[in-house]
Amino acid sequence: MIQLTNIHKTYYTGAPLHVLKGIDLTIEKGEFVSIMGASGSGKSTLLNILGMLDTYDKGTYLLDGRLITEMNETKAARLRNQYIGFVFQSFNLINFKTALENVALPLYYRGIGRKERNRTALEYLDKLDLRDWANHMPNELSGGQKQRIAIARALIAKPHVVLADEPTGALDSVTSQEVINILRSINAEGLTVIVVTHAAEISAQTDKIIHLKDGMISEIISNK
Amino acid sequence: MFEIDFWQNVWITISRNKWRSLFTAFGVFWGIFMLVVLVGFGSGISRSMMEQVGHISANSSFLFSSRTTEACKGFNKGRYWELSLDDMNAVIEQFPSLIYVSGIIFGGSSEHNTAREDKQGTFQVMGFSPNYNKINPSRILEGRFINELDILEHRKVCIVGKKVKNDLYSPDEQILGSLLRVNGIYYNVVGVMEEYSSNVNLFGNTSETIVVPFSTLQITQNFGKNLHCIAITAGDKVDIHKLEDEVKTLLKERNMISPTDPEGVEAFNLATVFNTFRSLLVGIGILVWFVGLGTLFAGVVGVSNIMLITVRERTQEIGILRALGASPGAIIRQIMCESVTITFLAGIVGILCGVGLLSFFENIFSAGDNPMMKNFQISFSTAIVSLLILMVCGLLSGLLPSSRAIKIKAIEALRDE
Repeated sequence: MIQLTNIHKTYYTGAPLHVLKGIDLTIEKGEFVSIMGASGSGKSTLLNILGMLDTYDKGTYLLDGRLITEMNETKAARLRNQYIGFVFQSFNLINFKTALENVALPLYYRGIGRKERNRTALEYLDKLDLRDWANHMPNELSGGQKQRIAIARALIAKPHVVLADEPTGALDSVTSQEVINILRSINAEGLTVIVVTHAAEISAQTDKIIHLKDGMISEIISNK
Repeated sequence: MFEIDFWQNVWITISRNKWRSLFTAFGVFWGIFMLVVLVGFGSGISRSMMEQVGHISANSSFLFSSRTTEACKGFNKGRYWELSLDDMNAVIEQFPSLIYVSGIIFGGSSEHNTAREDKQGTFQVMGFSPNYNKINPSRILEGRFINELDILEHRKVCIVGKKVKNDLYSPDEQILGSLLRVNGIYYNVVGVMEEYSSNVNLFGNTSETIVVPFSTLQITQNFGKNLHCIAITAGDKVDIHKLEDEVKTLLKERNMISPTDPEGVEAFNLATVFNTFRSLLVGIGILVWFVGLGTLFAGVVGVSNIMLITVRERTQEIGILRALGASPGAIIRQIMCESVTITFLAGIVGILCGVGLLSFFENIFSAGDNPMMKNFQISFSTAIVSLLILMVCGLLSGLLPSSRAIKIKAIEALRDE
């Protein structure tokens, strides 16, 4: 599904910062992977590159057999919409839109009609037990509910990969466990799920743990 | 773009910060309001001014005699001479491109020079040719103006101004055919006239003038063959300045004035006056648009500024949308439509208020009879042009903010921890 070969990334803000120093990584379709590392280890950068939110300087990135390289923003936006579902630590819901509208957003940018969009969104809300909250604003929801909305939003476009950046970082342990369970069940349906975290109890529940240290993969632990 | 959700988004963003949007909109509102009002007043004033002078043949010149400043053919310099009927006939003969020529005699306006039965008044007396009413027309209210037979037969007929009639006759009296004593001579009244515009006068106020044939005045006032002034009008395509010089040369030749004398024949050229007048009006027009568009532009800059701030505030939101697959085009459309919507709504209100104010003033002023203050409503086409300007302004004001918005990288927006 994902194949990274010798990926390098340097940021040039002030002093050049060599963040990724040759990442070689293969993630198969249907894997449940976590990426761990201290802050500054390059895990967020790696996630951004995987999510096509950032470019890399050197190496190759194959996503579903397609070479992801320098491309214009319009094309990148389309690919993101098609391939990747994002889940963020701070949920990143649009706070003036209802839960339903938030979930439907990716379909809006895919150009799908309003009726169909809302029907599908409701379906996904239902799947995550949030049907009753469909017309609530994000600020009327608890953290766990917000993250479930975000997950529904990540899933609605039927992505190939779900990228979760510290999905439980803002949640208590009980809700964290709920979210992990949801991610696991998504994975069970065949989706590739990649979680970035620094919490050991989260990564312990994934199939494969990739440790990053100073921009390099220090070790890969299989959990199966 | 034509979806409810899209416009809902636009509206939500605008209304999220009501006061700010309102103040921003006010800049544009005020700009277009000023533009409409200024253009309305400006073109209204121009129009009514043109209306006032519109009846006068602009391509005209009035020639007078004056003291010579060079000696010539045995005459000393400083000689005073007078134009004559022969001069006028020579001018008519030599210059077929002149469409109207009129002799003018000033009959004076001595105290109580006009009397009828027990009423008397002081009025200006002028001697004209029939064509004078083509050069600087008056509106004939009753009867007629002077005709050629009056001139040939030295008829003692007169055309009186409206005020003369009002002062000397009672309202129900038959004025045509009545006798009026002017400067000691009885004239038959054949017409009543008034000025087209009270603000433009060449030889005194028409309403207080009594016009008689110049030939009659020459006899009754002992002017002989003399004329005080010759008025000439050329066709529209003729250069009156050049023609005027040629006429001057002819008059100098006929009256033994040195061809090089800078004075001797004076001319008062209406075309010059009119051109000055026209360029003044054009100047007003340019100034009006300049000020109006300037104010509008300031408003647009305001919108642009606020949109920039809004974009900055929405960095995260825009970042999320980018991560969810919004293309740069979608973001640009969104920001552009917000700017255009603010500009457009504010602009429409501004145009409506401007038009409202103009018609309010029009109502007030049309009640009075000052013709300077009528019809300054803007035309439909001006309104359409303003609307188009607004559209362009809206797009302009969205340009910078939306280009700033698409520079937002999703990663920067989402890296808030």
